[in-house]
Amino acid sequence: MPTQTQATTAASAGRGRSRALKGDLLLFQIIGYSVLTVLAAACLLPFLLVLSASLSSESSIIENGFQLFPTAFSGEAYRLLFTYPEQMLRAYGVTIGVTAIGTLLGLFLTSMTAYVLSRKDFKWRGSFSFFFFFTTLFSGGLVPWYLLVVNYLHLKDTLIVLIVPMLLNVFYIIVMKSFMNGIPEAIVESAKIDGAGDFLIYARLILPLAKPALATIGLFIALGYWNDWYNALLFISSKNLMPLQYYLYKMLGNMDGMRKALISSGAVVNTSLPTESLKMAMTVVAIGPILLAYPFIQRYFVQGLTIGSVKG
Amino acid sequence: MNFWSDVLKYRTLLLMLLPGVLFFLLFAYIPMAGVVLAFKQFNYAGGVFGSPWNGLDNFRFFFQSGDAWRVTRNTALYNIAFIIVNNLLQIAAAILLFEAARPWFRKIFQTMLFLPYFISWVVVGAIAYNLFNYDYGTVNVLLKAMGMQPQDVYNTASYWPLLLVLISAWKALGYGSVMYLAAITGMDREMYEAAEIDGANIFQRMRHITIPNLYPTVIILVLLAVGNIFRGDFGMFYNMVGNNGILFSSTDVIDTYVFRSLTTNNDIGMSSAAGFYQSILGFVTILLANYAVRRYDKDRALF
Repeated sequence: MPTQTQATTAASAGRGRSRALKGDLLLFQIIGYSVLTVLAAACLLPFLLVLSASLSSESSIIENGFQLFPTAFSGEAYRLLFTYPEQMLRAYGVTIGVTAIGTLLGLFLTSMTAYVLSRKDFKWRGSFSFFFFFTTLFSGGLVPWYLLVVNYLHLKDTLIVLIVPMLLNVFYIIVMKSFMNGIPEAIVESAKIDGAGDFLIYARLILPLAKPALATIGLFIALGYWNDWYNALLFISSKNLMPLQYYLYKMLGNMDGMRKALISSGAVVNTSLPTESLKMAMTVVAIGPILLAYPFIQRYFVQGLTIGSVKG
Repeated sequence: MNFWSDVLKYRTLLLMLLPGVLFFLLFAYIPMAGVVLAFKQFNYAGGVFGSPWNGLDNFRFFFQSGDAWRVTRNTALYNIAFIIVNNLLQIAAAILLFEAARPWFRKIFQTMLFLPYFISWVVVGAIAYNLFNYDYGTVNVLLKAMGMQPQDVYNTASYWPLLLVLISAWKALGYGSVMYLAAITGMDREMYEAAEIDGANIFQRMRHITIPNLYPTVIILVLLAVGNIFRGDFGMFYNMVGNNGILFSSTDVIDTYVFRSLTTNNDIGMSSAAGFYQSILGFVTILLANYAVRRYDKDRALF
């Protein structure tokens, strides 16, 4: 019976093969887990280095350099930061205020613009889409924009300059629009028959349905504001208006100014500051909230990237 | 007549669009008109439109100084290196996350890899300082522990191409691998199962199924990135290098050059000329890249 023999050989060969396959799979998984562990460590260790340095005594840093674990523990840097925290708290306040206002306003404008562009019965949606999209292809460059803000709008050293230029982003409008394209048209149609106006449809019907996209885009906008230092670099010279990231930037680059400020405020009397641990402590203070929120918000970013990869 | 009745019909939608339109008119289209600055001898009394013309003088200086070539070369070479290294790493990470790691570990790894994406370039600057500072930097601590000479990274231009490529890869790894992970997740699993039954081991399946199936995504993402090859990442270069002139020969890109000409030298004419040159280069390359994407897969072109 040739067929039966063939079947048994095939079966036994199959078993042999599956053992070999399992061995290959194991090897592959060992390689996979090792490579991923190395990459993950590379992503995490720098943060631990900064944290460790911020908790090390200045003398141990001067003697041994930065270490993964503090050789001599000291909270001096944090004590200094928190004894006279006005400047730091003000920077925090600016960043929180700018992020809150910018995110709410930006989300409102992004969703409203995207909604109009997603309306298939809107006659000029193609022209307007191109009007927005073209700005990603060609720009006047930094200089005309800078002169506009400084010399014509007179926004230097205002809170407005930290908020308004980042309100709208074409990429976010496109992502939001492609999400709204997926909302059934029948909903809009039936609301229209009931006599609802376009703005009411947007505010009452579309916004609640677009919640997932709003959450994702809102977090992208918020992260943009929280991490912004560029607008401050260009337009802010007043100490009272420095956002957190720019304050950190200033501190990293200019410990002398920091020292003078601390001495004049009475935080330190002698001229030797723990400059290295102070820089690292300030870095920790600037990223703290993000790291704390990070595990909870990360999945929205993953969602956003995958929505974004669908062309609208 | 028809036009005005349409305006009336869509008045609410048009009003809703108005803030967005004004925003881009103000912050994008009006500055586009400002490119005339590149051909002017700017003075504050005359402003953008009242200053006298000076032909191509601004460009002449930018090109004759040799700066144009240096910053264009740096911008393009860095971006090419970023595209190659970042994409290879991201693809490798995505494949390993999907094929090797169990779902629970996949989440943990992904969370860790995504972390650098969330911090500002200023914080990355602080981390780089922690690593590469001559006296206290972690890298030099390790070198000394191994009995080697400490390296003065912030005063050695030749280290920076490699370092900047590593830093860029580090920051973009999590973000980019999500895109590829999505592409792998969306693949048809039947092919794998069929190949497995036919006795293809995991390496063969990667090589002959996963990787070829990723080509379309890779090609599109790379072409789109190539379109931006003349746009330097200002935040990264500025926070790593800042105004450290010793490193400029190997780290100066168009964006940092324009910024410095504007803010340090206050040379409105030349910085606008350099900016205009970049805008034109960028516009042409993105059109070419889009044309290439269109040829390859019409649906995924930008326009």
